[in-house]
Amino acid sequence: MNAFRQSVEAMIPALRRYARALARDADIADDLVQDTLVRALRSERLFLGGDLRSWLYTILTNLNKNRRRSLARRPPLVPLLDNNADASGTEAEARDIERALSTLVEEQRSVLLLVVLEGMSYRDVADIQGVPIGTVMSRLARARAHVRAVLEGERPALRRVK
Amino acid sequence: MTEPNIPVTEDELHAYVDNELPAERCADVEAWLAAHPDDAARVQSWRDMAETLHARYDSVVDEAVPKRLELERLQRQPRRWLYGAVAATLVAFVAGGGAGWVARGAAATPSIFQSFTLDALDAHRLYVVEVRHPVEVPGSERDHLQQWLTRRCGWDVRAPELAGLKLVGGRLLPGPSGPASFLMYEGASGERFTVYTAKAKTEPTQMRYSAKGNDGALFWADRGVAYVVSGGNDRGRLTQVAQSVYDQMEKSGG
Repeated sequence: MNAFRQSVEAMIPALRRYARALARDADIADDLVQDTLVRALRSERLFLGGDLRSWLYTILTNLNKNRRRSLARRPPLVPLLDNNADASGTEAEARDIERALSTLVEEQRSVLLLVVLEGMSYRDVADIQGVPIGTVMSRLARARAHVRAVLEGERPALRRVK
Repeated sequence: MTEPNIPVTEDELHAYVDNELPAERCADVEAWLAAHPDDAARVQSWRDMAETLHARYDSVVDEAVPKRLELERLQRQPRRWLYGAVAATLVAFVAGGGAGWVARGAAATPSIFQSFTLDALDAHRLYVVEVRHPVEVPGSERDHLQQWLTRRCGWDVRAPELAGLKLVGGRLLPGPSGPASFLMYEGASGERFTVYTAKAKTEPTQMRYSAKGNDGALFWADRGVAYVVSGGNDRGRLTQVAQSVYDQMEKSGG
């Protein structure tokens, strides 16, 4: 296995974490990672050095955007709240954060996860999303405010069910 | 020493939490937080949020990587899955949605510009999401692809060379007034551009831009052929690609 593939392979666990949080469904998340890897392997000769990590995250982020766009006319699948009274504190927190993420718009979710979960710099995220740093910062601010509001039980202003 | 009275901005609070703040400003932010309990509470809530996210998702990193993600395996049999079925579903889906869009956005008889751009954008949206079967003939068979599309479309179809982009391949599609050729290109980060062309009974036109959702398209017609170059929402880049297509068609007398 060459150096390129070794570097790609080393990134798989982190890519899976990001995809899981981004897509929320474990199978869809691994589909995204698989498609990302297929593309990366196929484009090996197009990769002209540079930051491999950012490149892989860029592919995955683009693929997810395309996937969501193709689903855009379907109603969003937000799991019904299961008020499991037996859930321990940690489980309840995990469920709440998933629910809060699911109410974010795509670009904001992606920024929040790249910065907070994957520890990317604002500069890297700007490159991944193809936007100026200022846009990254305003998306991040809006994502944090929104998640905080959801976690604190306020009604998310974003989604209104007809 | 910086002036401690310069108010701390919202952006600086985020940068502080994310370790993006210049070191010399950190003391100011800390002094600010000590004096502004509301901001301090928000900063704390962002830290808690980060902890909750890690608590929820970090375990994924320690999971065994599923077999289907092994590179050896993806290398050996990279593309033969059931994406055909997914594509078929999407065709029905997009066709339905697209018809509604015409009805909403245009008069009873859409112009050539509208009908071509709409068809091209629908094809673009449909096929750029495809990873394994985006095209019928791969870019590695460029000569065959050009001959085939030329024969079926009835004019000299050439796949242009585009800087920084690789020809993924092409397909034949039904167009507004006969067969259309559809070529797909891909950049290093997976961004895709498509070039949709078909015969059109129209005067030469200037390039016209149109956007739908996150996709943009540039339309023009020349010597009885209509062109639509579609891509993402980066209009500058799209214009560059379209210009390059235009220049090469001009040269080849296409």
